[in-house]
Amino acid sequence: MNILAYSAVELSTAIKEKKITVREAVEAVLDQIDQKDKTLNCYVTVDSAKAYAQAEEIQKKIDAGELAGPLAGVPVAIKDNMCTKDMLTTCSSKILGNFIPAFTAEAVERLQAAGAVIIGKTNMDEFAMGSTTETSAFGVTRNPWNTEHVPGGSSGGSAAAVAAEECFFALGSDTGGSIRQPASYCGVVGLKPTYGTVSRYGLIAYGSSLDQIGPLTKTVTDCATVLETIAAHDSKDSTSVEREDTDFTKALVEDVSGMKIGIPRDYFGEGLDSDVKTAVLAAAETLKQKGAIVEEFDLPLVDYAIPCYYTIAAAEASSNLERFDGIKYGYRTESYEGLHNMYKKSRSEGFGPEVKRRIMLGAFVLSSGYFDAYYLKALRTKALIKKAFDEAFTKYDLILGPVAPTTAPVLGSSLSDPLKMYLGDIYTIAVNLAGLPGISVPCGTDKAGMPIGLQLIGDCFQEKKLIQAAYTYEKTCGGFSIAAERER
Amino acid sequence: MANIISDETIEYVGILAKLELSPEEKEQAKKDMGSMLDYIDKLNELDTTGVEPMSHVFPVQNVFREDVVTNGDGSADALKNAPGMKDNMYKVPKTFDK
Repeated sequence: MNILAYSAVELSTAIKEKKITVREAVEAVLDQIDQKDKTLNCYVTVDSAKAYAQAEEIQKKIDAGELAGPLAGVPVAIKDNMCTKDMLTTCSSKILGNFIPAFTAEAVERLQAAGAVIIGKTNMDEFAMGSTTETSAFGVTRNPWNTEHVPGGSSGGSAAAVAAEECFFALGSDTGGSIRQPASYCGVVGLKPTYGTVSRYGLIAYGSSLDQIGPLTKTVTDCATVLETIAAHDSKDSTSVEREDTDFTKALVEDVSGMKIGIPRDYFGEGLDSDVKTAVLAAAETLKQKGAIVEEFDLPLVDYAIPCYYTIAAAEASSNLERFDGIKYGYRTESYEGLHNMYKKSRSEGFGPEVKRRIMLGAFVLSSGYFDAYYLKALRTKALIKKAFDEAFTKYDLILGPVAPTTAPVLGSSLSDPLKMYLGDIYTIAVNLAGLPGISVPCGTDKAGMPIGLQLIGDCFQEKKLIQAAYTYEKTCGGFSIAAERER
Repeated sequence: MANIISDETIEYVGILAKLELSPEEKEQAKKDMGSMLDYIDKLNELDTTGVEPMSHVFPVQNVFREDVVTNGDGSADALKNAPGMKDNMYKVPKTFDK
């Protein structure tokens, strides 16, 4: 069997059975990167020397029986906003273009402890601000399904790398849909956990109250396995939640009988592409056939989530990104007059246009005189959105809808109108505001052959329900990959 | 466009955000911020009287832990990233005169 076609869990099994060595798996991935990444540009950094060194060490531990977990020996790609000790971490920004962290993010450390091999760091929208991976300072990433299209964003490099078999799985981060939307555009599985489930220690902050790290994988089984590995309480993240139900692979059960699934009518209105609508409703029908109780309902406030989100995210970004001042790390301008001029010039030259746009909006909504009218208004709206979800979850186990209104747009068609780009996040953003878990699962392709994602949303801490329903759907419809879809 | 951003406002935001904008960037920023605020004004359609601002989705309290050092001296590693350093310290532009 072609090594690259394995899922992460299948690969580790093959390694344990001595069918493949860790080195062979790493080699296969690096060869694939050599062949494909000049075009796709999924990676900002690939460190083959380090990958081979890790492979050797991990192989020894596997052979000695010290590493027996389901990710041992599996090559992984990490979004470039998670710190990796001694490995360049840029956030796809010029301002961090030379930053080499002195520590590793907790989620990445947990993968390393499980024996995953870090291949490199993936491209993203600068500081995770964007929905297409086009705002990166290191060039756009292309969608492996059709290189004229974007991979989505902001975790576009991670999603594209999984789809293009340039890694066996990846980590992304999701502030307003940044895992689920690129997963949908690239035909892979992506999960944003309940806020606080995965430590944010070492994740370079964008909107701290919304950011979560999560997996991008080929299958739902891999997704549950990776989440189980990275989810843990961490005293280094004060918003980390102590939970005991992180044995997510227990939920890999093919059964949705009696599960109550609500479809918000408001997610199927104007602006939704007809192919996406058809595919998502067909997925709902599949779950119904398998015994789920599916009904439509009214989820209020959908139109208010985007303005609410951009106010809060911009406010938090303007505060979080104050640390980039040209003093302790990152880019410093060449010539300046005095300290303040140095700050201003370093930041103005180091940040790209979308980042500056959000920092300025954030500074404005937090400024005296506007704080109540904009920032507090958004926080009050957030409370209402959360309440609307709370009410929905008194009736339903899961909410089902599309991930995004369309499939992946053509490169260069989104950035000219930021507001239009922001509207693409309409179905994902409220999930972050309410701290909920959400998963994106491939559910078909449109007429042009681009993948479509099904989104399932659960109540806080109900990842297991998401995984169970997603697994049932995947088992019923079969796996999903570029190769499989092209054969159809 | 309902929200007109004045030169003074964009100047003030530039100071708060520590960003230096070229004249063209300023014009663009005025336009972008105006249209974003027009959009955000949609929130005014909602009656939020009596609704408490929600900063965190869970009822969490401040988290305390003992102040125990668990890592070693990382100063050399940290300083490696500094754009300027001298005598094991960050080098910065002069901030005051004698």
